[in-house]
Amino acid sequence: MTARLPIPSPCSAGRGRDPCGAWEGEGSVIPRNLALTLPRLRRGPLPLPPGAGEGVARSASSRQWPWHRAALVLCLFALTACERVQHGIQSALDPVGQQAGRIAGLWWLFLAVLAAVYAVVLVLLLVAAIRPRRRRRLPPGPAFRPEEPIERRLTRGLTAWAVGTAAIVLTLTGFSYAVDRDILALGHRAELTIEVTAKQWWWQVRYDDPVPNRSFETANEIRLPVGVPVRVVLKAQDVIHSFWVPNLHGKTDLIPGRVNETVIVADREGRYRGQCAEFCGFQHANMALDVVAMPRDQFEAWRESQLAPAVAPSDERSREGQRVFLTSACVMCHTVRGTTAASRVGPDLTHVAARPSIAAGTLPYSKGNLAGWIADPQRIKPGSQMPVVGLSADQLQSVLAYLDGLK
Amino acid sequence: MSARDASRFIRRDGPSLGEAETHARLERTWATPPGLWGWLSSVDHKQVGRRYIVTAFVFFLLAGLLALAMRMQLAGPNQTLLTPDRYNQIFTMHGTTMMFLFAVPVMEAFAIYLVPLMVGTRAIAFPRLNAFSYWVYLAGGVMLWVAFILNVGPDVGWFSYVPLSGPQFSPGKRADFWAQMVTFTEVAALAVAVEIIVTVLKQRAPGMSLNRIPLFVWGQLVTSFMVVFAMPAVMVSSSMLIMDRLIGTHFFNPAEGGDALLWQHLFWFFGHPEVYIIFLPATGFVSSILPTFARRPIFGYTALVLALVATGFLGFGLWVHHMFATGLPHLGNSFYTAASMAIAIPSGIQIFCWLATLWDGRPRFATPLLFVIGFIVIFVLGGLSGIMLASVPIDSQVHDTYFVVAHFHYVLIGGAVFPLFGAIYYWFPKFTGRMLSERAGAWNFGLFFVGFNIAFFPMHILGLIGMPRRVYSYPAGLGWDDLNLLSTAGAVILAAGVLVFLGNVWHSLKHGLVADDNPWGAATLEWATASPPPSFNFVHIPVVTGSNPLWEEADGLPVVSGLRVDQRELLLTSVVDAAPEVREPSPEPSIWPLLSALAVTILFIGSIFTPWAVVWGSIPLAVGLIGWFWPKSAPDTPEPVIE
Amino acid sequence: MNNGAPRFAADLAHLPTSAHGPRATTWWGTLGFILIEATGFALAAAAYFYLMGQTETWPPGQSPPDWLWGTLQLVLMLASLWPNWWTDRVAHADDLRKVRIGLVVMSAVGLLTLVVRAFEFGALNCRWDDNAYGSMVWVLLGLHAVHLITDVGDTLVLTVLMFTKHVEPRRFTDVTDNCVYWNFVVAAWVPLWALLYVVPRLV
Repeated sequence: MTARLPIPSPCSAGRGRDPCGAWEGEGSVIPRNLALTLPRLRRGPLPLPPGAGEGVARSASSRQWPWHRAALVLCLFALTACERVQHGIQSALDPVGQQAGRIAGLWWLFLAVLAAVYAVVLVLLLVAAIRPRRRRRLPPGPAFRPEEPIERRLTRGLTAWAVGTAAIVLTLTGFSYAVDRDILALGHRAELTIEVTAKQWWWQVRYDDPVPNRSFETANEIRLPVGVPVRVVLKAQDVIHSFWVPNLHGKTDLIPGRVNETVIVADREGRYRGQCAEFCGFQHANMALDVVAMPRDQFEAWRESQLAPAVAPSDERSREGQRVFLTSACVMCHTVRGTTAASRVGPDLTHVAARPSIAAGTLPYSKGNLAGWIADPQRIKPGSQMPVVGLSADQLQSVLAYLDGLK
Repeated sequence: MSARDASRFIRRDGPSLGEAETHARLERTWATPPGLWGWLSSVDHKQVGRRYIVTAFVFFLLAGLLALAMRMQLAGPNQTLLTPDRYNQIFTMHGTTMMFLFAVPVMEAFAIYLVPLMVGTRAIAFPRLNAFSYWVYLAGGVMLWVAFILNVGPDVGWFSYVPLSGPQFSPGKRADFWAQMVTFTEVAALAVAVEIIVTVLKQRAPGMSLNRIPLFVWGQLVTSFMVVFAMPAVMVSSSMLIMDRLIGTHFFNPAEGGDALLWQHLFWFFGHPEVYIIFLPATGFVSSILPTFARRPIFGYTALVLALVATGFLGFGLWVHHMFATGLPHLGNSFYTAASMAIAIPSGIQIFCWLATLWDGRPRFATPLLFVIGFIVIFVLGGLSGIMLASVPIDSQVHDTYFVVAHFHYVLIGGAVFPLFGAIYYWFPKFTGRMLSERAGAWNFGLFFVGFNIAFFPMHILGLIGMPRRVYSYPAGLGWDDLNLLSTAGAVILAAGVLVFLGNVWHSLKHGLVADDNPWGAATLEWATASPPPSFNFVHIPVVTGSNPLWEEADGLPVVSGLRVDQRELLLTSVVDAAPEVREPSPEPSIWPLLSALAVTILFIGSIFTPWAVVWGSIPLAVGLIGWFWPKSAPDTPEPVIE
Repeated sequence: MNNGAPRFAADLAHLPTSAHGPRATTWWGTLGFILIEATGFALAAAAYFYLMGQTETWPPGQSPPDWLWGTLQLVLMLASLWPNWWTDRVAHADDLRKVRIGLVVMSAVGLLTLVVRAFEFGALNCRWDDNAYGSMVWVLLGLHAVHLITDVGDTLVLTVLMFTKHVEPRRFTDVTDNCVYWNFVVAAWVPLWALLYVVPRLV
C-alpha cells in the first residue's frame, strides 16, 4: 500500500482543471440548504487511501470482544501503525528532501542506540527484581549490612555505567552536530527564494524574482521544482508561528520583528502538507499549507500562470459575481490582480480556484466547499478573520461562479 | 515537696520529668488551638503540609478532568465536542494547573510535612511564613479556577508566549489571570524554599552531619536552591507581561524596541529548572522507598548526592533547547545540545544506584515499590526521548508536536507522579495512622501503569507523523485517527486507576489497618515517632549516629534533653556537623499570616484591574505584616533557672 | 519507638536561647530572601543588556538619566554604610542606648533616600511607556525602590519596638538582620547605578 498521491497534472491557466484531482471533494453544486449540508461538507477526508486500520478503530470501542481477538486487533493495529509511520503526507519519517532525510537518518540512529540502552535497563531491572529470591542465605531484617566485596563490585559497575553513559551521549552529540552542520551546508546553494509571512491563521506566500514585475503572491500553497533547493524567508505579521513541512525539513519559527530562513528541497514529485507548529491562537489547528513538488517545466508553467492577472469573467453569471465581489465587503480584505480589489489583509485570490485547498488547508478546494466557506466561515473555522459577508443566495451563486473561474 | 510537686516546676524535658508528663506538657505547648479560629491560625507544619497535599490533589483531579475532556475531543477527527475557544482554555488550564498548582506545590507539601520529621526537629523554620505561603497558594489557585469557570480562563498555553499573550492579541483579562496566578504561586514557592533551606541547614538533629542527611532531604534542599534561583525569572517575566498589558510598557513589543524572544529566554530560564524542581523531590521519594523495600541501605549515597547537585547546576544550562526552532545561532544551539545531553549522566548514575540497591537487596513488592519500578520503566523511556529532543536536527522535527507531549508526560508522570503515588502509599500510615489497602494498591498501580502507556506511547508516533500539539481538532486521513482513539482509551484506563486510588484513600481513612510507628521497618527519623506524629513531632530530640538511624540503633535512638516544654522551643545545630548551638523559640499560632495573605490577594487581584491597587493594596499588606511580626506585649516567661 | 526509658545522651539546657549571625535561623532566612532578590535584579539587568543588544542606538531617542540625583543617591547610600555598620556592632553588643541612636539615624537616612529616589524618577528623561528602554529603566529603578521602601519600613518598626517595652535579646538579632539587609540594598544599588547612569553614556 502506498500513500503517495497522484502526481499533479500540469496545470495552466487556460485548462482550468484542478491540478489535484484527488481534491475534487464534494460536487460543485451549491447546496440549497447550506445549514443542513454543511456538516457533510466540512473537511472531507484527506485523499489518502483508506487505511486497513479503520475497521480496527471502530472495533477498539467495542467491549464484547474476546481476548484473543483483541490481541489480533492489537497486532493489526501495530502493523498499520508501522505502515502509517512509513508513509504520510505530513510525516517526518517519510522524508522526500535531503534535510528531512538527514534528520530521519539521525533519528533512526538515535532510536537504535537508545532502544538498546533501554533494553539493557529493563533487563537489569528484571534481573534485580527476580534475582534476590534465590539468595536465601542472607540474614532477614533491615539490620542487614551491605557486604564489602559486593559494594566494591557495584561501585566498579557504577563507574563503568557513568563512563558508558558519557561515551554514548558524547557520540550522539557528535553525530547530531555533524548532521546539523551538514544540513546547514545544504542551505548554501538555494536557487529560488520564497517569502512566507504567517498571519492568524493563514500563510501569505510571495515568489520573489530579481525582475520586480515577475514577483507574485499566493496563499497557503507552495509549489517547488523537484530537486531545486528553495530558500524560504520567514516572517510573521501578528504572533509567533512555526513553518513546518515534515516531509521536507524540520520547523523554523516565524517571529514578529525578526526574519528567519530555512532551505527546503523536494527530491520527489508529490503533494505534501505543512502545518503551523507554534500555538498561535484560536485557529492554530487549521493553519495548514500545501506543498506541491513538480517537475521543473511544470513548475515554470505554473509560475507563468500565476504571474498572469486574473482571468476576466466569461459569462454573465461570473460578471455579475465580479460586480458583487467588487462592491461588497470582499474587497476590504482581498486582492484580485487585474481588478480594483487590492487589499492585502486576507489572501490574494487572483488564482484561488487553482489552489488545492481553501481556508489554509481547512477544506479541499471545491465549489461546494467554497460556497460553505463564504456563506458561514465562522462555522467552519470559528474565530477566523473572515467575516460573514451577508450575501443573498443569488449573490452567493454569482460570486461563486466568478471565483471558481479564477484558475 | 513531693517528687510530683517538684516536677510541676520543671520546664524542660529530661530524666526528672516522666515520659507521660513530658508528653502532656509538650502537647499543651504545641497543640493547635481547637475550633475554626485555631484552624485558621495554625502554624503546625503537619497541618499546613496536609492542607497543601489535599489542595494540590484537588487541582490534580481538576486538571485530570480537563485532560479527559481533551482526549474526548481528540478521540476522532473533526470532533466538535469542544469549541476552539473552550479547548484553548482547557489545555492552558490543564498545563498551568498541573505545573503551577499541582506538581510543584505537592512536592513542596511533602517537604513541609516530612522534612522537619526527617531531620528530627519540632517545627519547620518560619512556621508563620509557611502558613502564609499556603493561603497565598490557595488564593492564586482559586482565583485562576474561578476565572476559568467564569469563561475568563487563560487561553494562551502554559508558557504564554508573547505577542499572543500580549495586549494586542489577548485583549480582556484572561492572560492577566494567568500572570497573576504565577505571581501568587511563586511567592508561595519561594517562601517554602527558604523555610526548607533553613530547616535543613540549621534544625537537624544532633549528629546528622551532611553525609547522614536522608536523600529525600538532600533532594528537597537542592530543589529549594533551584527554586531560589529559577522562580525569580518567571516572576520578572510575568510582571513584565502584566505591565505590558496594563500600563503600556514595551518589553515584548518589537515595534518599540522590545523583543518577543526575551520572554522565551526568561520563561525557560525558569521553565527548564522547573522540571527538575518537580523531579528531584521525586527522586527523593524513590531513594526513601527503595532501601525500605529492598531492605538494604541505598547503594551509592555519595554518588546520589553528587548527582542531585550536578543536576541542580546543569538544570540551569539548558533552557535554550526549548528555543531551537526560533532561529538562534547554530553554534550556541550546539552548546545547549551538549548540556542537555550531559544531564543524562547524573540521571544515569541515579538509575544505576537504584537498580543496584534493588539487585543487592531482598525486595518486598509492596505497592510503594511497584510504583518505583513503574517509575524506572517509564522515566527511563522519557529520559531517552529527552536525549532525542536535545539534538538540534531531531528537535526541529518533533518540537511542538505530540512527540514532545509524550516525552514530558513520560518524564513528569513517570518521573514525578509515579514516585508521588508510591510516596503516598508509603507515608500514608505516617500521615493518618492507617495503612492503605495493598490489594487496591496493586490495582491502582496496574491500571495506572497500563493506562499511562496506552495513553501516551502512541503520542510519540503521532508527533513523528506530523501531529502538532495544541490543536483542538485534526482532519481525517492523515493517519492520526486510530492512534488518537487508542490514546483516549488509555486515558480512560488511567482515570480508572485514579478512581481506585481515591476509593482506597476514602475507605482506608476509616477502615484501614491501624499502623504502628514504623509499619514498613524503615530507617529514617520520621518513623521514630508516633503515626500520626504528635504536634511537637518528637518527645525528645533524637541523636543521629549514622545514615540509617533506625536500623543502626535498633534498641531505640539516643536522645538529648534540656529543651523547654512550657514554650515552643527548637534546637539549632551547626550547618556541617549538626552540633547543638542554640535553643531558639518557635512562633505561636497566629491569624496574621492569613490576614496578610488576604491583603496580598486583594493587591494582586486588584492590580489586574487597576495599577493603583499596588499602591492602595500595600497599606493593608503593611498592616498585616506589622501585625504578624509585632511581638507579644508581655515578654516571654523568663528562662527557668536550671533545677 | 522508644518503648522503654529514653537513652539520654546529653543535656542541652546550657545552650543560649538567642544568637546573632549564622547561628540564628533569621540570618539564614534573610540571606535566602537576599539571594532571591539578587537573582531578580540580575535577571532584570540581563534583560536590560539583552534589549540593548537588540537596538541600534541606546538609549533610543532619549538622553540618559541626569547625573545629579542618582549619583547623590549613590553617595548617600555608600555613606550610610558606616552608621549601618556601627548599628550592627552595637546590636551585637546588646547596647540598647546606642542601638536606639543607630536606628534613629538609619531611619532618617532611609527616609532621605526615599526622597532622593522620588527626584530620581523625575530625572530619568523617559517614561515607562515610551519604548522598551524606558520600560526597562523604570522597572529597574522601581524594583530597587520597592526594596528601599520595605527596608525603611522595617527600620521604622524596629525603631518603635526599641523605644517601647518590647526590648528583649531577640530584638537585637532583628536589628543585626536588618543591617545585613541594608547592606544588600546598598550593594544592589552600585551596579544598578552604573547600569542606569553610566552604561547609556558608554554605548
